[in-house]
Amino acid sequence: MSDENELSQHFEIMGGDFSNAGRASTIIKEILQEIGIDPSIIRRTSIAAYEAEMNVVMYAHRGVLTLNITPKKLHLKLEDEGPGIENTDLAMQEGFSTATDEMREMGFGAGMGLPNIKKNADKFEISSTPGKGTSLDITFYLNQTEKK
Amino acid sequence: MNQYFHSIRIDTEKCDGRMKCLRVCPTQAIRVRKGKAVIIEEKCIDCGECISVCPHGAIIPLTDPFGELTKFEHTVAISSPALYAQFGREILPEKILSGIINLGFDSAFDLALTCGEVSFAIQEYLREYRGPKPLISNVCPTVVRLIQVKYPELTDQIIPIEPPRELAAREIKKKKSKQLKLKEKEIGTFYLTPCPVKMISIRQPAEKGKSFLDGAISISDIYGPLISAMEGIEKGSYRKALENICILGVGWAMVGGICRTLRLKNSLAVSGLADILKVFNDIERGKLRNIDFIEAYSCTQGCVGGSLTVENVYISYNKIFKLIETLEYEQIKACPDIRDVRKLYSQKYFFIKGKFEPRPLKPLDKDLAKAIKKRKAKEDIYELLPKIDCGACGAPTCLTFAEDVVKGEAVLTDCIFNLPQRFKEPTQDFSELFNKYSFLSQSKSSAKKTSKKGKIIK
Repeated sequence: MSDENELSQHFEIMGGDFSNAGRASTIIKEILQEIGIDPSIIRRTSIAAYEAEMNVVMYAHRGVLTLNITPKKLHLKLEDEGPGIENTDLAMQEGFSTATDEMREMGFGAGMGLPNIKKNADKFEISSTPGKGTSLDITFYLNQTEKK
Repeated sequence: MNQYFHSIRIDTEKCDGRMKCLRVCPTQAIRVRKGKAVIIEEKCIDCGECISVCPHGAIIPLTDPFGELTKFEHTVAISSPALYAQFGREILPEKILSGIINLGFDSAFDLALTCGEVSFAIQEYLREYRGPKPLISNVCPTVVRLIQVKYPELTDQIIPIEPPRELAAREIKKKKSKQLKLKEKEIGTFYLTPCPVKMISIRQPAEKGKSFLDGAISISDIYGPLISAMEGIEKGSYRKALENICILGVGWAMVGGICRTLRLKNSLAVSGLADILKVFNDIERGKLRNIDFIEAYSCTQGCVGGSLTVENVYISYNKIFKLIETLEYEQIKACPDIRDVRKLYSQKYFFIKGKFEPRPLKPLDKDLAKAIKKRKAKEDIYELLPKIDCGACGAPTCLTFAEDVVKGEAVLTDCIFNLPQRFKEPTQDFSELFNKYSFLSQSKSSAKKTSKKGKIIK
């Protein structure tokens, strides 16, 4: 696959920056609309991108979200520097959360973030090093009839 | 023929290419080409923001002239509840409706009653709905179009119930034609509208069905005549007039009115396009899935803020608000019977005929690989641009200009920053002007700053 059929864009996200939270997912949505991605995939991508972005804003110091699109698939990679996750299996359970009361008051931290990303993605991988950071790999197949 | 009908026209005689409209358009649907504004039909959602900012009145809302009435055997005026907020506080709907008849309509219909029915129907729909949330009100045609164009994946969340104005027109045609032994098309139903967008919803309904209304007349056009027409009307009992007002219905004139009068707990009311975009972005991210219902109006404060109203929007908002408070305090309801509404609801009386379909913007290319390439080209072009959104190229922002170039609708040399050679040689006119006003810098040569400038000029 030649490089020119691939679109890639990076978004820097700062931990604690609630006022800009959601910017990356909005830009991603606009890019997908411009190149004519199916609305249902756009919707799933927007939700996943937003949840991924919010995870950095809420828990990490900083992170980079990278969007990669080829005619076959759409890939989001999120790499953050932060406390990491002790037990990723536990974090993937619905309802599990380490959010503070403050975050919950703002309507976050219901323990649905990571499971929600997984639910919306076609493929999802998570790896984390406690004390260093977390990385998420989120894939969507653009031709939904041939997943893979 | 254009695919989309719009309620906005540009008068090229009057247009001076001043670009105010260019900057204010929320969907970047305007370009200035050869010194005149043009609307990109596909992108326009008929919000009317451009109408109010144009200093030359060159953008014209399309409504019907009064003369249209003579085409029908029997004419009925259906008034937006926003009209009730245009006059003094002691003037209640009853008097306004009588005034409308004095204007030359055969009858005047109090739309608040139908609004009340539709409020109940919405409540029923919310109760039985199980799909993705929140549901979104369809009363504002601009909001419906915004969703179709910019948020196509939310179209299924638009409530598929006829807006009151359509429902009223449908029923009036049925009843009056029977009563008067006329054909339905001989009954003219006219909406007294607070905004131009209702006009397109009549000429081209969003769900591609057919409108039951025959035309729309601007509130600002009939305001003057209506004031005179109300002069002779005897002052009836205030209390009696109050008792005829449907509280659910008057709520439709202002943002939050539906939620408040239905006492919906889990709902939001939003007005103004900028705020609507924020809320819709949140819906898209899945943030508002616990909200049941969203009432959204493109005009600030709801229909009372429409560009074809007369009264100051905050005053009219307050009038409706106080009226609702009075009715609540006096425990006046005068609303339709909910049992009747439920019966009609189960007979599908309230539902729209067609379906709201997404109307997403054309992608950069039909072929995904090519679209990706073009998107990359757009990014590269954007990087070359000054990013100050001056508008001189005719596009509202550098980013939209980059897109226009990629689509082949503009050329890179339209950007003045990419054409420094154009300014190397001043034109003859410019040199003449320069000489004519050179005294300005010379006469003030005592001032340090200007003398410096003067040297450069010489």
